[in-house]
Amino acid sequence: MHLTEKELEILQIIEQNSRIDFNDLAKMVDADESEIADTVQKLEDMNVIVCYASIINWAKVDAYHGVTAMIDVKVTPKRGVGFNEVAQRIYRFNEVESVYLMSGAYDLSVVVTGQSMNEVAQFVSEKLSTLDSVISTTTHFILKKYKHDGTIFEPINEEDKRIVVSP
Amino acid sequence: MIQTSFVSKTIADLKPSGIRRFFDLAVNMEGVVSLGVGEPDFVTSWNVREAAILSLEEGRTSYTANAGLIELRQEIASYMKNRFAVSYQPDSQIIVTVGGSQAIDIALRAILNPGEEVLVVEPCFVAYSPLVTLAGGVAKTIQTVKENEFKLTAAELEEAITPNTKAIIMCSPNNPTGTQLRKEELIEIAKIVQKHNLVVISDEIYAELAYDDDFTSVAAIDGMMERTILINGFSKGFAMTGWRLGFVCAPKDITEAMLKIHQYTMMCASTVAQYAALEALRSGMNDVENMRKSYRQRRNYIVKSFNEMGLDCHIPGGAFYAFPSIERTGLSSQEFAEKLLFEEKVAVVPGNVFGESGEGHIRCSYASSLEQLQEAIKRMSRFVEKYK
Ligand SMILES: Cc1ncc(COP(=O)(O)O)c(C=O)c1O
Repeated sequence: MHLTEKELEILQIIEQNSRIDFNDLAKMVDADESEIADTVQKLEDMNVIVCYASIINWAKVDAYHGVTAMIDVKVTPKRGVGFNEVAQRIYRFNEVESVYLMSGAYDLSVVVTGQSMNEVAQFVSEKLSTLDSVISTTTHFILKKYKHDGTIFEPINEEDKRIVVSP
Repeated sequence: MIQTSFVSKTIADLKPSGIRRFFDLAVNMEGVVSLGVGEPDFVTSWNVREAAILSLEEGRTSYTANAGLIELRQEIASYMKNRFAVSYQPDSQIIVTVGGSQAIDIALRAILNPGEEVLVVEPCFVAYSPLVTLAGGVAKTIQTVKENEFKLTAAELEEAITPNTKAIIMCSPNNPTGTQLRKEELIEIAKIVQKHNLVVISDEIYAELAYDDDFTSVAAIDGMMERTILINGFSKGFAMTGWRLGFVCAPKDITEAMLKIHQYTMMCASTVAQYAALEALRSGMNDVENMRKSYRQRRNYIVKSFNEMGLDCHIPGGAFYAFPSIERTGLSSQEFAEKLLFEEKVAVVPGNVFGESGEGHIRCSYASSLEQLQEAIKRMSRFVEKYK
């Protein structure tokens, strides 16, 4: 789909801050507020803007015990539907956070979360590896998240170090 | 005999910068939102910082050639050619300097005989006139006007020229007005400069931060290369102020003269900073582009907001300053800035520190996060409401 430069700019700003005030956004891209509302509506309707989620550092929450694993999955593609059918079978599971088709040594990269390592292991052995077209899986547990989708979780020394007034 | 002071009369007579005074007022205050900062809010890109660290690990800690690393000068030459369509010889027409600041200093010292006049276009960067004085010249100011968005016109220039005029210092995009001269406007100025056989010291430190029109270098105008001393550097566009690295490009004879001063006073620019700059030119252009985009959005935001609150503000084509008029408040720029600081804790710089014609305006740097700008705008609206 072809977007105008302004629409692109709006998307880029919203991607960084989906809660930005439309009035401010309008000023930033030199548009009026109704133009912003229309553009965002259009982008939502076309599923270019898919959803507005937050990035949460769950590691800071005591009550949270979840674990996340990245699983490299090798599959045999099916005639006519390629990888799409097996990808669909996989992404429908609630445990699955993301599914990517990859170039290189394996085919699908699947991110799975669970309450414990056991739960994830069970999912892999009972659900994932038993799928018809799955040839093999390699599971990597994530130990710590430093940066996710361009956001650093615990930025160090981010305060403004500039002198308060300068030439 | 009573000795009053050891300090030279020239220096004693040099006016201290009005910016310094505002710094002193603001520095110990808590909770200040500052629009007074004349430098990028970005930290230098990691790839550049990493290259500098690597150069230290490799033990590159000695002097470089006086004019700077030849690799860096070559890289600067191709950058200037590709980006701004000006050709300079890396071995005889480029000197790597300690910021644009030092470049302006050696440029003036290289060309001025005692008492020769240099035209300084105000409002402008605070260092120009003092540097002319220090180089033994006489600074003569030209006052540009708000009605013309502070653009220098050919007529204003011609009127200021005397038989003693040697050079003009000009800066586009400008600090503090953000005004950028378009190519046609530069051509008109160039005609007068050529007619009167002047040198142009063109401060192009904000060349990378041009938002609406393509930037045109003065040296790229027909017939100007041989009389232009082009100042540029890494401070603004590449977010590298603290590295203190700039460069100057000029005709061979002037470059040779500047190099004489440079070799005795500076030896060479900092080696680690030169390696950082090399990396910035080789792989930093994407980051420059992203920063430019982000400044442009913030410029749009702040200029619209000023106009909405009734502070008349022209659209600055470049740099990261807005220069709104505060006339409607009836306050002088000093009063406005002081009251705003004490009553609302927003730091701005009063326009008069950049020259007479800056009176009635304040310089607001928008190189701050959107959140900071939003807060500043909120406080300033409240303030302006009180004084309108
Ligand atoms: C117009 C102008 N020229 C030159 C400079 C000096 O920059 P640097 O010495 O960091 O290169 C500045 C810095 O504020 C400036 O605004």
